[in-house]
Amino acid sequence: MSAPALESTAAATRSAARRIDGALITLLIGAAILWFAPTGMGRYGTYVLSLWLVMSIGVMGLNLTLGYAGQSSLAQAGFMGLGAYTTAILTTKWGVSWYAAFGLSGLLTFFVGILLGFPALRVRTHYLAFVTLAFSTLVWLLLRNEQWLTGGAFGIPNIDRPQFFGIKLFGALEFHRFVVAVTLVLSLVLWWLVRSPWGRAFTALRENPVRAASLGVDTRAYTLLAFAIGSAYGGFSGSLFAPLVEFIDPSPFTLSQSLFLLLMVVAGGSGYFFGPFVGALLGVVLPEWLRFAGSLYLIIFATIVLALLIICPQGVSGLIERCWAALGRRFGRKAGGTP
Amino acid sequence: MAEFIAYLIAGIATGAIYALAAIGFTLVWQTSQTINFAQGEFVMLPAVLILLAVKLFGLPLWAGGLIGIAVFLLVFGAGFKLVVVDPMIKHGVLPLAIATMALSIIMKEGAKDGFSAEAQSFPSLVPTDMINILGAAISLQHVAIIVVAFAAIGLLQWFVGGTRLGRQMQATAQNPTVARILGIPVERMVLLTFLLNAALAVVASLLISPIYLAKFSNGETIGLFAFIAAIVGGFNQIRGALVGGLLIGVADSLAAAYVSTQYRMAVPLILLVAIILIKPEGLMGRKEERRV
Repeated sequence: MSAPALESTAAATRSAARRIDGALITLLIGAAILWFAPTGMGRYGTYVLSLWLVMSIGVMGLNLTLGYAGQSSLAQAGFMGLGAYTTAILTTKWGVSWYAAFGLSGLLTFFVGILLGFPALRVRTHYLAFVTLAFSTLVWLLLRNEQWLTGGAFGIPNIDRPQFFGIKLFGALEFHRFVVAVTLVLSLVLWWLVRSPWGRAFTALRENPVRAASLGVDTRAYTLLAFAIGSAYGGFSGSLFAPLVEFIDPSPFTLSQSLFLLLMVVAGGSGYFFGPFVGALLGVVLPEWLRFAGSLYLIIFATIVLALLIICPQGVSGLIERCWAALGRRFGRKAGGTP
Repeated sequence: MAEFIAYLIAGIATGAIYALAAIGFTLVWQTSQTINFAQGEFVMLPAVLILLAVKLFGLPLWAGGLIGIAVFLLVFGAGFKLVVVDPMIKHGVLPLAIATMALSIIMKEGAKDGFSAEAQSFPSLVPTDMINILGAAISLQHVAIIVVAFAAIGLLQWFVGGTRLGRQMQATAQNPTVARILGIPVERMVLLTFLLNAALAVVASLLISPIYLAKFSNGETIGLFAFIAAIVGGFNQIRGALVGGLLIGVADSLAAAYVSTQYRMAVPLILLVAIILIKPEGLMGRKEERRV
C-alpha cells in the first residue's frame, strides 16, 4: 500500500468518526426536541409523531439488513407483525408485563431471523429475498387463520399501554415520551453496533463480500447476524406498535407493507444512519399532511422512490450529502473528499 | 378419481399460467440481471388496460384489445427497459430489484385508482361449458388455457432454439461480451427479451382474467407463484420455469382440494423452502459459479 492511500484511509476514518459523533449529538438533540414537540399538537398529531418513531425502528432494522449487510428482506412487516402479536397476546391474554413481552418479541424475531437466514444465506444473496417473501406470506396466513390465538380478521382489541415505575402511560403525550425514550435507546444500541468492529465488518460485506471473506471476515455469520438483529428491530417496532394503536389486525403486516418498508429504507438513504428516520418521515408522516392526495399518495411515494433510485440511489440522505459537498466547494472550503 | 382428474386439470391450467409468467421472469433475469418483482402486476395489467380502452373510447372488444396490448407492450416491454432498467443496471442487482418493487406498487395502485377497486368480468374467448373426460367434469376454459399456453411455450422454444434471431438472443444471455464481439446487436436482443416478456404476460393475462376476473390485486398471488416456480424449476432456463410452474399449479390445486383451503397458499411456499434447503439450484438448474 502506498503512502497517499494510507493517508487517505486515515483521513476517511477520522472524518467518519467525526460524522458518527455528530450522529450521536444529533440523536440526543433530536430526542430532546421530540420529547417536547407534541405540546399543543393535540392527540392526533402526537399519535402521528409516535407512529413515525415506531416505524423508524422497523426501518432502522431493515436498514441494517439492507444498507449495512446488503441483503434484502421482504418480511420486515411480517417481523413487526410477529412482535406486535406476541406483545398483544402476552399482555392481554396472559397478563405478562409489557417489558417482558417487549424482550420476548425481540428474542423471538431474532431467532426466527436466524432460522430463516441460515438456509437462505447458504446459497446466494437474492435467496434471502425469496425466503423472506415466502415467510411474510406465511405469517400473514397464520395471523388471519388461527382465530383461537390471533382473533383472525377481527384482530386483538384493548391492548394496554405499559406503565413506567407505577406511572400509567395511557395518555397520548405520556406514551409518546415513552416511545421517544425507547427509540433513543434502540438507536444508541444501533449506533454503537455500527461503530463497533462488528459494524465495520457489516459494511465490509456490503462493499465487497469476496474481499471481506479473503480478509478473514466470516461473511455468512456476519450477514446472518445483521439480518437477525434487523429482524429483532422489526419485532421491537411491532411490540411498540401494538400498545400505540391499541388494536391490531393482520392488515398492517402484509407483504405489500414489507415492500413499502423497504422503499422507505431506500428513500431515506440505505446505509445512512439517519436514513430510516427520513424514510419513515416520507412514508408515514408526509401522507398525513398530504391527506388530500388520499390513496394516490402510495403512487406518489413509489414514483418518488423510483425517481430517486434512478437519479440518486443513495436516497434523500445521499442527496443532502451531495448538496452539502457542492455548497462546500462553492464557498471554497475543502469538501471532505466527496465527489 | 374423477374428482382428482378435475383438480389435476385445473392445477395444470393455472400452472401453465404461472409457467408463462415464470418464463418471462427467467428471460429477463438471464439477459439483464433484472429480478422483476412486478411480474405479477405485468400479468394483471393487460386485461385492465383492455377493459379501460373499451370503457374510455367505447370501442368494440377487439379494437380495445389491440390498443390495450399495444400500449402495454410499448410501456412495459420497451419503456420498462429504457426508463427503469437501463439507468439502474449500473447500480447493481439489488437497487434494480427494489425499483421493480416500486414499479409494482405504482402499477397496482394505478390500476386501483385509474380503473376500479372492484373485480371486473373479462370476456372469455372460449365457451365456458364443461366437458366430460373419463367421468370427470372439466371446464373447457381450462383445456383452452392449457392448449394456448403450451402452444405459446412451444413457439418460444422453437424461436429461441431454432431461429437465428433466437440463438442470437441466447448468446446474448449467456455471454454478452462474446456476443458483441461476434457482431450480435446485444442491445437490440435485450430489448427483444423485454418485449417477449411483455408478450408472455399479455398471453397469461388474456388466459387467466376470464376465470379470476380483472382486479388490481390479482398480481400478488400470480407474481409470488411465478417467482416460486422460477426458483423451484431452476433460475436459468425455460424448461425449469415450465416444470416449476406446472408443479406449483398442481400442488396449489390439490392442496386446496385435499389439505385446507385456508392454507392452500402455504403449500407452494413450503415447497420453495424445501427446494432452497435441498437443491438450491432448482430441479432442472445447473450450479452457478461465483464471480469475483
